[in-house]
Amino acid sequence: MSTYAQKKGFGATLWDFLTTVDHKKIAILYLIAGGFFFLVGGLEAVFIRIQLAVPNNDFVSAGLFNEIITMHGTTMIFLAAMPLVFAFMNAVMPLQIGARDVAFPFVNALGFWLFFFGGIFLNLSWFLGGAPDAGWTSYASLALHSKGHGVDFYILGLQISGIGTLIGGINFLVTIINMRAPGMTYMRMPLFTWTTFVTSALILFAFPPLTVGLVLMMFDRLFGANFFDPTLGGNTVIWEHLFWIFGHPEVYILILPAFGIFSEIFPIFSRKRLFGYSSMVFATVLIGFLGFMVWAHHMFTTGLGPVANAIFAVATMAIGVPTGIKIFNWLLTMWGGSVKFTTPMHWAMAFIPSFLAGGVTGVMLASAAADYQYHDTYFVVAHFHYVIVGGVVFAVFAGTHLYWPKMFGTMLNEVLGKITFWLFFIGFHLTFFIQHFLGLWGMPRRVFTYLPGQGFDAANMVSSIGAAFMGLGVIVMLYNIIITSVKNVKVGNDPWGDGRTLEWAIPSPPPFYNFKQLPLVRGLDAYWLEKMDGKKGMTPAEPLGDIHMPNSSFLPFMMAMGLFIAAFGAMYHVNDKAWALPVMIIGLLVTFGSMFLRSVKDDHGFHIHKEDLMDEEDKGVKA
Amino acid sequence: MANQQLNSGNPRVDIEYRRKKNAEEMRYQLVSFALMIFLTLIAFSAVYIKGFTAWFTVPFIILLAVVQVIFQLYYFMHMSHKGHEAPSLFLYSGVLVGAVTILAFTTIIWW
Amino acid sequence: MHADEKFTYETWPAAPEKSTLESKNKFLGFWFFLGGETVLFASLFATYLALKDKVPSTTHHLAKDLFELPLTFVATMLLLTSSLTSVYAMYHMKNFAFKKMMVWLGLTALLGAGFLGLEVYEFTLYVHEGHTFTSSAFGSAFYTLVGFHGGHVAFGLLWCLTLMIRNSKRGLDLYNAPKFYVFSLYWHFIDVVWVFIFTVVYLMGMVG
Repeated sequence: MSTYAQKKGFGATLWDFLTTVDHKKIAILYLIAGGFFFLVGGLEAVFIRIQLAVPNNDFVSAGLFNEIITMHGTTMIFLAAMPLVFAFMNAVMPLQIGARDVAFPFVNALGFWLFFFGGIFLNLSWFLGGAPDAGWTSYASLALHSKGHGVDFYILGLQISGIGTLIGGINFLVTIINMRAPGMTYMRMPLFTWTTFVTSALILFAFPPLTVGLVLMMFDRLFGANFFDPTLGGNTVIWEHLFWIFGHPEVYILILPAFGIFSEIFPIFSRKRLFGYSSMVFATVLIGFLGFMVWAHHMFTTGLGPVANAIFAVATMAIGVPTGIKIFNWLLTMWGGSVKFTTPMHWAMAFIPSFLAGGVTGVMLASAAADYQYHDTYFVVAHFHYVIVGGVVFAVFAGTHLYWPKMFGTMLNEVLGKITFWLFFIGFHLTFFIQHFLGLWGMPRRVFTYLPGQGFDAANMVSSIGAAFMGLGVIVMLYNIIITSVKNVKVGNDPWGDGRTLEWAIPSPPPFYNFKQLPLVRGLDAYWLEKMDGKKGMTPAEPLGDIHMPNSSFLPFMMAMGLFIAAFGAMYHVNDKAWALPVMIIGLLVTFGSMFLRSVKDDHGFHIHKEDLMDEEDKGVKA
Repeated sequence: MANQQLNSGNPRVDIEYRRKKNAEEMRYQLVSFALMIFLTLIAFSAVYIKGFTAWFTVPFIILLAVVQVIFQLYYFMHMSHKGHEAPSLFLYSGVLVGAVTILAFTTIIWW
Repeated sequence: MHADEKFTYETWPAAPEKSTLESKNKFLGFWFFLGGETVLFASLFATYLALKDKVPSTTHHLAKDLFELPLTFVATMLLLTSSLTSVYAMYHMKNFAFKKMMVWLGLTALLGAGFLGLEVYEFTLYVHEGHTFTSSAFGSAFYTLVGFHGGHVAFGLLWCLTLMIRNSKRGLDLYNAPKFYVFSLYWHFIDVVWVFIFTVVYLMGMVG
């Protein structure tokens, strides 16, 4: 613990975070960067709602509106939701399985820096001639004709951050398979670990098609290829397929960890084990599998033909079954439990009806014939905001409150937390419920304005007022975070008092080696079992010994920065700029040079000696 | 990892045994290499001899490719050994996703 | 077992590629990466199949006008043989015969370089016939699929040479044995992809 007690200068702390390979610090980096992009995307959402609040508005121009909606969607999915989910996976999953770090700490840091530089690259488009404006789906027929470099920023930025996500997924998979503590069998893993596992598998298979799609688009736009140009034999539908073969699993990549967080919250605050654990695991795996078989339901109106539409419609509806299993299990976990209405529990309970509403409209949209009516209207906008905000964003808020003490050692204020909840919850339904009706009344999505007297005026105003409520909720939470950090009241191992899994058995925040001795796991909810047996902590599974830890490294930062530099060269290469090619080569040299260095320089890590561990124990007792 | 538990107590015997086992495995590798070359020759000749219709040749050479790849995976890449359960699961999942992709691209891209 | 421990022929473990936790992780992680690569190449194959022979006018070459059996056959033999030589290298790695392993790895790299040279020659041939990356959707898809594979071979070559030079002086230990093993997996995977390329792109292209 001595590392945390020391007061470090700003420079030393910064260097520490730039070179860290510790999963807990990487989690904090993901939380900060993801939180920042969440605010950026939220600001864009506010601009959208201001523009649409009244008919014939000219708050932003049509072209700028296209850029804002594109960046809102792209930022929220790739740069906010994904990294925030990754923050919790990094912070909690290794602790839940009783590991001292992830399998590849170096790769973990590399994954973060790739995401970070990709996100920065994408957002620099605002200052360098305009953001992408072809929608977050960037359909080829729009994207190929988009002027300027907006879409190039999209292609290259997502490519860089996508590689980061892919290696992060592989890392989590190996960690969960190889690094579980003694006794932690697969069917004793907490559900958040299970959802991390399935999510990582989805990442492994869903991101390569995106990589390919982005490469093809890059070749078309920057290097004169003709994949999507029908006049030279290309086909624009190829992009749509590649994008959605990635894009549909992507929504499960987001929602499954959300399910995982709620599956932790319900048992903790109902003080009762999760109802139907094995059926939950089964449902998670089944959702993951079915997630790959349904992508074409985003393309019903492209004209795939009745056979393909029918197959994809039925497959889509089938996903309702495992999701339903989960909903009932959560309800039955609360049933008969001694429920404590904490802030995380507020989010969890609000999640069930909100997400369910999104699920129901999902089944409506899955009916291919009816989809021709809903397609490209606000009904679709309402649907996916109900599942993504009502599912993922609620889970991120819930997880932030639940895991804040574990990540930072302080407890967020509960009263402010509940104020955040009510503002956001009311605002969310105010904003998006009415959009179902706007869609059914015929308002198309992605329009920058509408005429008065079409019956859209009042409903759009209601929607915009709701957005203001959500904005207020976020501001209250930021205030909460600031005052909590300033007060800095430290909490113990199990601040909620009802923690069930291994992460609550160790200090908050945990020492950098997590577990002095690896714990022995005797069943599901390992820590709860020990508490029920009247023990204070976990039984160790090994004698106190030397602990092997990885070295910090600046190379991940260098590798990611090299690609960031190279991307500028690749992009301005089409403008015949003399400096473009050298910049690209320099950037690639930085990346490959760092990889080469990593390969030839031995890195055996270091050992914390047994004696030092015992010393710390003594100090801990005195303090 | 199973071949690590072959301790007989006598290190000399163990090494002899392991050496023989490795040599035996190497013989299997050679046989599978010969088979792979043979399959490749058949595939090339099926195309070289222009007598067959495409309806026969195409499925036939794809089948040969699949068989050859199974040799690569199970002998050259040791997937037949123990401790390859997770690699197999994830490789075949990848094959499944890839196969669905290829099926879609050969059926519902042009209409 | 510490990673930098010195070994003799007698103490060398039976499965040196996965006898430490780090190497077990590396082994598993690399296999998962190959699972992802499978989807990556499947997407490229799918795109190629969708765009095969899709050209803007009848003056453009189609697959059956371009490809020739002898060149593809020689390239295939080179790469298949390089797969066998890397198997030999791993055989000697398991027997703690460092020098022999290096010889076979060198042969593997040589064969890989030969394959790459042939591919470059082949591409220039096609470009002179007017079949280029930008001439048609077919051209774009062909060069992307085959070029992605070629890029993997080139990366594998650099990887192999780096490993050989870095470890030339220090012999085998449990720190570098998994590195050699993972490289051999990668090399076999490149071969697996090539088996489908010569079948689907070249042979099926010539069938029509």
